[in-house]
Amino acid sequence: MPADAAVAEAPAGPRVAWRELLGRWETLITALIIVVFIVGSGLSPEFLTADSFTTASLDLSEVALMALALALVVVAAEIDLSIASVLALSSAVMAELWNANLPLELIMPVCLLVGALCGAFNGLLVTGLGLPSLVVTIGTLALFRGLAFVVIGDESVTDFSVTWTDRAFGNFAGTAIPNTIVLFAVLAVVFGVLLHATSFGRSIYAIGANEEAARFSGLRVKRIKLTLFVLSGTMAALAGIVISLRNSTAAANVGQGFELTAVAAVVLGGVSIFGGRGTLPGVVLALVLLGGIQKALGLAEGVSSYWVQIVIGGLLIGSVLGPNLFARAREARIGSSSARGLWPSRSEEPMPRPPEEED
Amino acid sequence: MRLSRLRAPWAVLGLVLLSLVFAACGDTKDDEKSTDSGSAGDSSAKADPNAELKSGLKIVSMPKQLGNPYEEIEHGGVEKAVSEIDGEHTLVGPTDASASSQVPLINSEVQKKPDALIIAGNDPNAVAPALKNAAKRGVKIVAMDSDVAPDARTVFINQSSSEEIGRDEVRLLAEQIGGKGEIAILSATANATNQNTWIKFMKDELTKPEYKDIKLVKVAFGDDDDQKSFQETQGLLSAYPNLKGIISPTTVGISAAARYLSTSPKKGKVKLTGLGTPNQMRKFVKDGTVEAFELWNPEDVGYLAGYAAAALASGQITGAEGEKFKAGKLGERSIAANGEIVLGPPTRFNKENIDDFDF
Repeated sequence: MPADAAVAEAPAGPRVAWRELLGRWETLITALIIVVFIVGSGLSPEFLTADSFTTASLDLSEVALMALALALVVVAAEIDLSIASVLALSSAVMAELWNANLPLELIMPVCLLVGALCGAFNGLLVTGLGLPSLVVTIGTLALFRGLAFVVIGDESVTDFSVTWTDRAFGNFAGTAIPNTIVLFAVLAVVFGVLLHATSFGRSIYAIGANEEAARFSGLRVKRIKLTLFVLSGTMAALAGIVISLRNSTAAANVGQGFELTAVAAVVLGGVSIFGGRGTLPGVVLALVLLGGIQKALGLAEGVSSYWVQIVIGGLLIGSVLGPNLFARAREARIGSSSARGLWPSRSEEPMPRPPEEED
Repeated sequence: MRLSRLRAPWAVLGLVLLSLVFAACGDTKDDEKSTDSGSAGDSSAKADPNAELKSGLKIVSMPKQLGNPYEEIEHGGVEKAVSEIDGEHTLVGPTDASASSQVPLINSEVQKKPDALIIAGNDPNAVAPALKNAAKRGVKIVAMDSDVAPDARTVFINQSSSEEIGRDEVRLLAEQIGGKGEIAILSATANATNQNTWIKFMKDELTKPEYKDIKLVKVAFGDDDDQKSFQETQGLLSAYPNLKGIISPTTVGISAAARYLSTSPKKGKVKLTGLGTPNQMRKFVKDGTVEAFELWNPEDVGYLAGYAAAALASGQITGAEGEKFKAGKLGERSIAANGEIVLGPPTRFNKENIDDFDF
């Protein structure tokens, strides 16, 4: 991640401006959600039902949990692509310990610990050796998934206690809200507070905006980054526990490609892939949007499931390209004084980043 | 300052842990086994063997993964059956074969209220809760090719029973070598469940008096590796100069053995049979290396599943043992123990019919 992405953007200076922009980004996502809901209910009368909400949100539980911690990592201008593999490793460890006849209440903390260790491994490679997190976590994406297969092989464990599987699959107190989503909601608030209302959160923004400046103003950049990777690993392990219980199946091949959806949720939620900007409510909105799209495509007649991937990929590119394009458009307008921008009306908006980073 | 910055994330970690500890008692593998004995089929309903097949039945079929040629043929069979009965067939499948990838698709398909769902399960248990939920809403569940948890489906279309495959292989080779001489088996790995079951039945078949002149001299293992299988074939031929025939009940083994034999002076003298696909064996059948081999016909698996689904949805059968229904060109079929419907003996492929098959 380019640490110098926002050199000119001092943490305190243009904050008001980017807050404003983020407000607009979230408005855009909300508008998209409304569009998807209108199109969805046009496609199928089943779209706007409690049933759709339950199944769509349940199917997205693990991605949602992982996206929370990933958002913080991305705000700090790093990335963690190994999360789906940590999820699988956590699932595999869970299976192995269950076969060893340990109680689930002991197994689950052990799984979280495994996730934390995976995160620490990522974090130490990134902060200790100064390697780019993109490369490190692509490496551990393969490594942790491979470890999961070493732990449990091609087998799957399916005889978890019904008490717990029902808990993970069931709804909260007679409502249409799955228990896993209640867990997500609680943790979303926790992560929201952590990012937006603590000095730790402010440090994350400062590091993401300008790592050099953050270091010179006395922030312990490495330690904070390490903590973020540990958090990310732990949340991925939690997602691994959830998916194993929810499906009553722990296997090494679960959650393939979840990292893509999680990154899409984070970036679509307005978190800049270059760090320093983004909010947790934005990520939650993006998750709602993704869930809505997946359900709408699922209910549409004759739409192949390949389209879900195509749309998610398209949104991911669109959400990186969008802000970039209109920054470029504005730059062009300033440069030549003729509105050569793609969206002249939009180019009135404040610049998200200084022009030099576009090159 | 430093302390408070570092405290926050650890508090989050603590909360993640705490969020798990909302259970009291420790469940272990031994404590509790799945006690859910309710069948997905409404076995209380009465079967009416004379009921007409309903027309316009909506039947959904779900492969393990899109884009697998073998499964495409299978589901082509479903399509054929459903069009014969004037039904409406939809193929919906996941883009990867991981344990839980079918779950979201099942959930969305059920909301579209189909009459029946035919599934080749990626994981017997991961799909079970979603399938049970579907059954509760009146969707008839048929598993084929790869079974799901028996309480999550009404019937299972078994491509061929292990016993039938094992015994039929011996019959086929005995015909080719004129009922006497030394034979060998070229298997996959030493611990492969499928192959070992088949070999067990082969050995049992060989104890029958009509095979008293046939002597099994060796079971070799090619580990489902092309090179190893090739070398093992070579080894068998040099170690047993009087060898008359080889049975290779694995698609990798039989094609490697055929390749070796096709260039050896023993071509056509040492008979080779086993389980293979027409496409990989076509060349060797045409050049005389192999007289005949077998495999179940995947199209018929799907075809039978289509008729079983229609019979269930029309009330002709309920999934109980002994019930009978008509399956188009396959004639009358009956349900065996445990809701299984066996397709029958494997199809034999030889010079005459091999060009009718493409898989």
